[in-house]
Amino acid sequence: MPQDTLKVPELSLILLIGSTGAGKSTFARRLFKPTEIVSSDACRGLVADDENDQSASKDAFELLHYMVAKRLKRGLLTVVDATNVQEEARKPLVALARQYHVLPVAVVLDVPDAVAYERNALRPERRGMGPHVVARHRQLLRKSLRNLKQEGFRHIHVLRGVEEVDAIQGILRDRLYNNRKEETGPFDIIGDVHGCYEELRALLEKLGYQVMEEPMADVRDLGVRVVAPLVAQPQTSPPGPLSRGEGEPVMPLAESSGSPSPRERGPGGEVPAGEPTRRKAVFLGDLVDRGPASPQVLRLVMSMVRDGTALCVPGNHDIKLLRHLNGKKVTINHGLAETLAQLEPEPEAFKSEVRRFLDALVSHYVLDGGKLVVAHAGLTEDMHGRGSGAVRAFALFGESTGEIDEFGLPVRYEWAREYRGRALVAFGHTPVPDAEWLNNTIDLDTGCVFGGRLTALRYPERELVDVPAAQVYCEPVRPLNYRALQLQAQNQTSPTTDNEQLTTAQHQHDDLLDIRDVTGKQFIETRLMRGVTIREDNAVAALEVMSRFALHPKWLLYLPPTMSPTETSALPDLLEHPAEAFDYYKRLGVERVVCEEKHMGSRVVVVLGRDEAAIQRRLGLVGEGIGKCYTRTGRNFFTDAALETAFLARLRDALSTAGFWEKFDTDWVCLDAELLPWSAKAQELVKNQYAAVAAAANAALPQVEAALTEAAARNLDGAEALLARTTARRQAAAHYADAYRRYCWPVNSLDDLKLAPFHLLATEGRTYFDRDHAWHMETLRTLALADSTEHGPSLLRATPYRVVPLHDPAEVEAAIQWWTDLTAAGGEGMVVKPYDFVPQGKSGLLQPALKCRGREYLRIIYGPDYLLPGNLDRLRQRNVKAKRNLALREFALGVEGLERFVAGQPLRRVHQCVFGVLALESEAVDPRL
Amino acid sequence: MLLTISTTYQPATDLGYLLHKNPARLQSLEVAGGQAHVFYPEATAERCTAALLLDLDPVGLVRGRAGASGEGLALEQYVNDRPYVASSFLSAALSKAFGTAMNGTCKDRPNLPAVALPLAVKVAVVSAPGPDWPRRLFEPLGYEVEIETTPLDPTVPEWGDSRYYTLHLRHDGLRLQDVLTHLYVLLPVLDNDKHYFIGENEAEKLLHRGGDWLPQHPERGFITRRYLRYLAAYVNPTLERLLEGEVVEKSFAEPTGTSPPDPLSKKEGAPVLPLLNSSGSPSFLERGLGGEVPMEGDRKISLHDQRLQQVAHEIYQLAPKRVLDLGCGEGKLLRLLMRQPKIEYILGMDVSHQALTRAAQRLHLDEMPPRQRARIDLIQGSLLYRDDRLAGFDAAALVEVIEHLDENRLAALEAVVFGQARPPHVFVTSPNADYNQLFEKLNAGEFRHDDHRFEWSRAEFAAWAAGVAERHGYQVRLVGMGEDVEGVGAPSQMAVFGLENN
Repeated sequence: MPQDTLKVPELSLILLIGSTGAGKSTFARRLFKPTEIVSSDACRGLVADDENDQSASKDAFELLHYMVAKRLKRGLLTVVDATNVQEEARKPLVALARQYHVLPVAVVLDVPDAVAYERNALRPERRGMGPHVVARHRQLLRKSLRNLKQEGFRHIHVLRGVEEVDAIQGILRDRLYNNRKEETGPFDIIGDVHGCYEELRALLEKLGYQVMEEPMADVRDLGVRVVAPLVAQPQTSPPGPLSRGEGEPVMPLAESSGSPSPRERGPGGEVPAGEPTRRKAVFLGDLVDRGPASPQVLRLVMSMVRDGTALCVPGNHDIKLLRHLNGKKVTINHGLAETLAQLEPEPEAFKSEVRRFLDALVSHYVLDGGKLVVAHAGLTEDMHGRGSGAVRAFALFGESTGEIDEFGLPVRYEWAREYRGRALVAFGHTPVPDAEWLNNTIDLDTGCVFGGRLTALRYPERELVDVPAAQVYCEPVRPLNYRALQLQAQNQTSPTTDNEQLTTAQHQHDDLLDIRDVTGKQFIETRLMRGVTIREDNAVAALEVMSRFALHPKWLLYLPPTMSPTETSALPDLLEHPAEAFDYYKRLGVERVVCEEKHMGSRVVVVLGRDEAAIQRRLGLVGEGIGKCYTRTGRNFFTDAALETAFLARLRDALSTAGFWEKFDTDWVCLDAELLPWSAKAQELVKNQYAAVAAAANAALPQVEAALTEAAARNLDGAEALLARTTARRQAAAHYADAYRRYCWPVNSLDDLKLAPFHLLATEGRTYFDRDHAWHMETLRTLALADSTEHGPSLLRATPYRVVPLHDPAEVEAAIQWWTDLTAAGGEGMVVKPYDFVPQGKSGLLQPALKCRGREYLRIIYGPDYLLPGNLDRLRQRNVKAKRNLALREFALGVEGLERFVAGQPLRRVHQCVFGVLALESEAVDPRL
Repeated sequence: MLLTISTTYQPATDLGYLLHKNPARLQSLEVAGGQAHVFYPEATAERCTAALLLDLDPVGLVRGRAGASGEGLALEQYVNDRPYVASSFLSAALSKAFGTAMNGTCKDRPNLPAVALPLAVKVAVVSAPGPDWPRRLFEPLGYEVEIETTPLDPTVPEWGDSRYYTLHLRHDGLRLQDVLTHLYVLLPVLDNDKHYFIGENEAEKLLHRGGDWLPQHPERGFITRRYLRYLAAYVNPTLERLLEGEVVEKSFAEPTGTSPPDPLSKKEGAPVLPLLNSSGSPSFLERGLGGEVPMEGDRKISLHDQRLQQVAHEIYQLAPKRVLDLGCGEGKLLRLLMRQPKIEYILGMDVSHQALTRAAQRLHLDEMPPRQRARIDLIQGSLLYRDDRLAGFDAAALVEVIEHLDENRLAALEAVVFGQARPPHVFVTSPNADYNQLFEKLNAGEFRHDDHRFEWSRAEFAAWAAGVAERHGYQVRLVGMGEDVEGVGAPSQMAVFGLENN
């Protein structure tokens, strides 16, 4: 009975091979999704309006290859529906499969000439085709069959006759061996062991594994059993307001998870109800060679893999051993001799087990839904989850540049420097003195066998756990710390490379961002909104601002979002009123809000270190001081360096006095604040625009009044009315001048500046978006108190605020009265925020804040005359929708960027968000809102 | 905004006939941006004063998008001096309210327009670039000029006077038509802003209203430039050269006291305007101000042009195939490089999208024949970001670019240009701070341009260049640009980098 299914790898390039009329298209349509099929006839149709126009074949096949390439690049199974009977037709397709590391599959439909000819005859467009075409195709096909394997096809299915073709009822898509996405860990990923058994055992125990060596009953028993630690049960509390973005590495917030409790350790402990989850070890290969106990290491790892307590990928040393065991001729060097000597006394049956074990190892694994990739020598993103000889070779050996270094070793291509993928890649192969993060990759080979350490990465915690080598088992050809030695040597000639010693590899890498990450249309995944799109022309504007005016991108952890005003009030003589803000939040299910007095100054973000060393350590900025205070567009707020230094020192001292550093266990902080007076930064704007308008009004209007007074005296009809209107305008201009003057005072020294912080954004390892606004207000108040000095006015100002339960009319009324009093006294107004920092309503994210500005203040926004008859009515026609949409997107980006920063992600991931906020700010919305 | 015109001509009330407005009535009319009211505060046989009150609608200006210079959504539109200041809105109102008088016709008293009258004019207020400008514009036309100043803010005396003045003009005998015409042209020139889109016919308008008196006016250059708002640069290349020559020549003698404009500046004053037909008749200036057009070759080459020619020449000697112009601005060097046929491909990059738009216009990219067009591309980019598009070039020019970056960002520029792009030849020019003492209007420590973040002495520049060369395996040679002066060197300096072992 003919087989009724075809087995193909889930990611493969399937070539249907058969003469015209063999039934390829019907076969493909019956068994594959229409989008999976790329047909040469369809391509001919696209480029020539005629599926049978053979003169269009060249263009049609270019198109076909192009489409196949795009699909393969994106990791999609693809079926090529073309005759494919000639080798030269198959060759470019096999090459594409290789290029994208996809397995090529041949499915041959070999039907008798008569059937094919008959079918063609039934199709009017093929009627002109003589029988010789079918015959020639079939002849070519016959010839091809012999060579398919040689051409590179690993899976070849030959269906002979109509019956076999028709018998196929389904396609069985085989999962790739490297696909272990369903395994979510948690994992303990262990670097190159090289026969260091004692260290491996110690490391496993440190990680909470219980290693039990037992007398060997049988060779297959291996004589060692390892029990993995249980995973602490997930907390039952609901997820916090900040659900993690898709595919992001997860970092613990304030507290690290620490080592597992004794209760979780042994199998003797209580097992919690339900399915207990245990941690799983992942070995990055190079189990053998150079070290003292390769067979024991093999025994332990093989036992763990067999029990399902570990995964293992092969290293180049393991594969070389395998080749030797398989009887291949290999050069006995680089520690293989020791392994062979240690294996010598082992029983043959064990060696066979080793051979079977090594032979079954898969080049790399894709784990945890694609968020984690493990491979001995690392893997570039385009190879993740792919299968080809090239993938296997890269995973085993990496890539060398072709150069040889001073120690006679090949210079390795540092693929991790170029890595931009989403998945964390853990690898080994190249011994390094310390495991260091670079672009979400980490090399865990810390040279145990060379006297270094054996290191494990706890995932998803991202913690490193290591044990020192008991001794130097092998002298390295190239010292582990040769980079540092090189630098030292260089420093004797040029002292300018200090940076490289003071900052991490990631910091050095981050010194140069790539233009691709910010230009063109960008789509940024955020944890608060599914995706934020940055239009290309907005990015264009932002690139100029960022390049010409902004601080070093390493300072820019966060840019604040824009803020919408309330909807327009219908009350007489008012454009904005708190009632609309309260209504907005109440309507969307918010129970209480925080009303904060709005300070009319300049919005600033302060990034401050406890000392310069903290900035070096955390930001990788050397010689740039203890902090920066920057504006909404990333510009340095200060132009006067002395004032800046004094300001930052004063702020740092206030934080120290308040015990901030200890309390928050941090050596740096990021604050969101308002810096007063407005005129400190906006002096030129105040003079050239605000004062100028008042001066012009003041000079012109009295003369208009005088002329109209004379005209009125002559009883000219209409002069009185015009005079009254002019007088009203003169008074309005005076009120307007009073309004802007309130926010201006000369700044001669630090004593003239006021800083009103209102959000504590982040400290080491965490953000504070999960704390409510009352917490922020109180926390920052303590800082302001600590700043009170005996001599001179304080720099820090606590912001008056009140919490308003929206269901209590009396409280709401009192809050409105508070606003009325504030604004009557000339205050700018207030900001109404939902109690929670990240407000989720019934239908998603709500406005993080709404501003409600006072009647007098709005004169500097809408002009002196805005309240005059006829003006206010027109100004009420305004639409806050676009502004609010922007506020939400900027808020989501701001939060995302800072979360990425505290999670230790590469700068480009943070900068992308910051740049996005800046780009959105160039969106054309009514600037008066 | 108020304009009054008074006369003591007898009978003074004849002013009403001349203006075609009855002194006994207050008349209101719709004008661009709002309403104009014409009335007579006094109207006796001895003395008669006509007033034009312009009442602009500040909300309408923004909402109706008739706003100042089409700026779109700028904040200053509601907070705006337009309602108080004599501007192009006044000119528009003048020609609407007093059109017949301006054209010199008077139905009821046909001989009156030709009569020279004793006239006094008051404008409350004008906006002017400095207190001497009203005098410089009106005195040559025979007026007695007085101004009243206004403090910027009386509560902040240290801010001094504002740019607003009440203007008083007196003339013993002038036709009313002339007075109106002078005001029509010169008030917007003082104000230097126009509320409408400036089209090709603006030059015609200026010729029409000013053709009789402008050619003799000593400030005709200033008046023309401001009236046309630099539009002329796009109308005719001859005029363009003339104006730019003046800008460069005058750059250290500007009365405003601000830093001189740098031709590479990303903030150059002129707005981006559509390219106008340049194939037209002789330029306005050639016809209107005969004798003013300098001959080709007669002209002193500006410092900046000199710099560009020197760089272009250096590049020419290397005969490179692929050349980068990093910070190409509006494309002056690109134009020189296009004339070198051996260069196969030129990539111009700038961070300013606006500059690139203008470069594309000036190079006529849209009309370029295909083979020429294939030789050049313009891209937006930043020298602070690693950029693969810059790889594979034989030479790169950075003309007056580095001083526009903060010094602490130069490491990034260095990594991008010398570390990543690594063209075999790199030309970097920058102002020579040692030379600054020769610029009289430049105070010590001041830079030649607002946007310069630093200006290096020859020693500082040399140290930087040597460091770059050593860190990246280049050799470097330093060249002065422009005429060398004993003790201070040349105005600009250039570092010529060559990749070692190349």
